[in-house]
Amino acid sequence: MTIEVTDAQLVERCRAGEAAAWNELVERFSRYVYAIAVRAYRLSEHDAEDVFQDVFARTFERLDSLRDDAAIRPWLAQLTRNACVDRLRAGAREQPTEEPLAEELDAEMERLDDALDVRDGLSALSDDCREVLDRFFARDESYHTIGEALELPAGTIASRISRCLRKLRAILEGRKPSPDTSGG
Amino acid sequence: MVPHDEERLGELLGLLPPAPAGWVRAAQELPFALRGLDEIIQRARTDAEFRVRLVADLEAALAAAGYETRRPLLDAVRERLPELDS
Repeated sequence: MTIEVTDAQLVERCRAGEAAAWNELVERFSRYVYAIAVRAYRLSEHDAEDVFQDVFARTFERLDSLRDDAAIRPWLAQLTRNACVDRLRAGAREQPTEEPLAEELDAEMERLDDALDVRDGLSALSDDCREVLDRFFARDESYHTIGEALELPAGTIASRISRCLRKLRAILEGRKPSPDTSGG
Repeated sequence: MVPHDEERLGELLGLLPPAPAGWVRAAQELPFALRGLDEIIQRARTDAEFRVRLVADLEAALAAAGYETRRPLLDAVRERLPELDS
């Protein structure tokens, strides 16, 4: 289990010039920015990479203009959305492309926000649980691959995933997860 | 947040795969890549010749002035050049 630094604390430390805090901020939001670009706006990997770098460069340069440090997430989301729209429109000048519909975008952004909330909940789990859930769901690894990486029998992975999901659910619902002694 | 069952939690976790490691590393190195930005802008304000060289060929002007010409720095200087006209 890790001690979670709040978004506001992280922003404050970045502003103070702490390199480690900047690394953590990029780490914390990299998946979110990436997902907005490739899932919500369906950008190509090439365009998504440009947007990704652009968003973090702007974040670094403009962090002082953020009025509410705790609002870094919606601020980043808006920066990313603007960068994606710019990219789509620039591309459309050369080759017509379809921008996603506003309702679709809003629904996808809501799902990604939900996903980030769930991901935040992972930090309250044990390292083992966090890793097994991330490998299986986010990295799409097989039981076999996970078993090899974590030196566990592949046959135990499914039950471990199920147990860790129950714990995650309990955490997100504000309940204390039931203890177990299996290390998962 | 709306409560979710375990199946839905799994789906949501799947929406956020890791960004490519190289992209994350490049973003983490931005503070180093952008080192010198303020100095460049300040010099461009006070040194008309340098400003002209920047506008004519940004990358060559920065390289000649001894800066590393990484893309984030080039983009950031390019973005701030218009403010020098005001």
